[in-house]
Amino acid sequence: MSIVQRMAPDTPLLQVDGLTKRYGARIGCADVSFDLWPGEVLGIVGESGSGKSTLLSCLAGHQPTDAGRIRFDGRDVLAMSETERRRLARTDWAYVHQNPRDGLRMGVSAGGNVGERLMAVGARNYGDIRGKALDWLGRVEIAADRIDDRPRAFSGGMQQRLQIARNLVTGPRLVFMDEPTGGLDVSVQARLLDLLRGLVRDLGLSVIIVTHDLAVVRLLADRLMVMKSGRVVEQGLTDQVLDDPQHAYTQLLVSSVLQV
Amino acid sequence: MTDQAYNFAYLDEQTKRMIRRALLKALAVPGYQVPFASREMPMPYGWGTGGVQVTAACLTPEDVLKVIDQGADDTTNAVSIRKFFQRTAGVAVTEATGEATIIQTRHRIPEQPLKAGQILVYQVPIPEPLRFLEPRETETRKMHELEEYGLMHVKLYEDIARHGQIATSYAYPVKVEGRYVMDPSPIPKFDNPKLSVNPAIQLFGAGREQRIYALPPFCNVVSLDFDDHPFRATKAAHDCDLCGAKDSYLDEVITDDAGGRMYVCSDTDFCAGRQAAGHAGRLAAGGKA
Ligand SMILES: Nc1ncnc2c1ncn2[C@@H]1O[C@H](COP(=O)(O)OP(=O)(O)O)[C@@H](O)[C@H]1O
Ligand SMILES: [Mg+2]
Repeated sequence: MSIVQRMAPDTPLLQVDGLTKRYGARIGCADVSFDLWPGEVLGIVGESGSGKSTLLSCLAGHQPTDAGRIRFDGRDVLAMSETERRRLARTDWAYVHQNPRDGLRMGVSAGGNVGERLMAVGARNYGDIRGKALDWLGRVEIAADRIDDRPRAFSGGMQQRLQIARNLVTGPRLVFMDEPTGGLDVSVQARLLDLLRGLVRDLGLSVIIVTHDLAVVRLLADRLMVMKSGRVVEQGLTDQVLDDPQHAYTQLLVSSVLQV
Repeated sequence: MTDQAYNFAYLDEQTKRMIRRALLKALAVPGYQVPFASREMPMPYGWGTGGVQVTAACLTPEDVLKVIDQGADDTTNAVSIRKFFQRTAGVAVTEATGEATIIQTRHRIPEQPLKAGQILVYQVPIPEPLRFLEPRETETRKMHELEEYGLMHVKLYEDIARHGQIATSYAYPVKVEGRYVMDPSPIPKFDNPKLSVNPAIQLFGAGREQRIYALPPFCNVVSLDFDDHPFRATKAAHDCDLCGAKDSYLDEVITDDAGGRMYVCSDTDFCAGRQAAGHAGRLAAGGKA
């Protein structure tokens, strides 16, 4: 089933206002504001330590924020009870970790990993769950006969693809990704990127993707946010930002003068 | 004869009160694991110190105690716990399920239906049903609090994926009163249906893990399953070779070096009672062939 949602929605899916997170005296991210529209892919780039992961984990509710507001589908995320937020996290949201070990259950078979979110929302028919798991393994190019193998036996690229399948199986409305291609060999990265691009296009996913790799956002992101020292220094359409950067830091970033 | 060096039933009154408070809370919130300050007992942890402490907190001088291990009254574990309470509490003991007011058990529920007024105390090694897939205690507590039990079905899914069916045959997870998922201790799943709507009080004590939980009389207990792989309370497809019972849980006993075997009731009191009433199985002495 491919759900391409390209209708003109009249409210953003996610509205972020003045989001700030400090680690003691150190700034994690400061005064971040943006809107994400349904079906949009937002890339967050910046050098290491610029606050990308901090921002993403605050958005996903993985850690508390110090100031600001997050609205998902009009609902105030920070005012939600933990129960509501965790329910959101296993239904409407998905989170792909840089290290697949953080996002997979290493002691559970590939099929069980993909099926977990289905069972978490009440699926109780084994045959259906297995059928959906098989379908999703196929979509992320994992052979059907690996369904009962544990991810330990998988290569890094396969583990990452499995993590993606596990996250997308319940049709989340918003996907967070933190350096999904990081830590992989270059050739493996390219294949994963192609796969991600296909999924994003076919499913019309709304994605916030954090990366330090400009090639990733050039391929995937509709819009770009550039971060430096915890703050957003520039945002705009991906092509605009990359081809005609306005901020001096972005110019450095794009010209590859900065080794990020 | 009570050994005067000990308080009644070994534990001091303050400890017993602490355990009773935990028990009352556990009964008020069926299936919920209540932490308690487990005491050192004069026996190793594997010997059911959790159950022993619960029994000690419940015993009164008028009680009649039965202790079983895997259904049998005469195993080392059962005998030593029974002796322990004879010595420290001076209570009457019995092997007859129907005569006991408190039954401490490891790994079985008696075949004879329990009645109102009886207390069944389970020895529990691992109280947390989610432990297998989520080792972090902070996380499992959160999952219970928020009723996030999808993981329990992942465990059953893994079972079917690996064995073609739900192979879990002991400690089969249940949901209590539609709320808490609970580990019924390593009883065979054959016994699971007896957990539900039981007139007796069922108390569970985990000594090493310092947890107490409970099922009040007549509460609803449902074994988890899938629509297309429903729960089945299975047993060996045989009748008891001694008493002929068709519907009791059986132990397989190897009888000789040549692979000879027999099936006998794991509940020794139940089996003896049936034999005394004239029932006979395939291999009963002087029984029908
Ligand atoms: N858990 C933490 N405790 C203290 N400081 C942290 C923590 N996580 C990140 N930081 C700091 O916050 C800043 C942003 O880090 P991070 O969000 O990881 O950046 P990025 O993902 O862009 O590399 C850095 O200065 C980093 O050292
Ligand atoms: Mg990071």
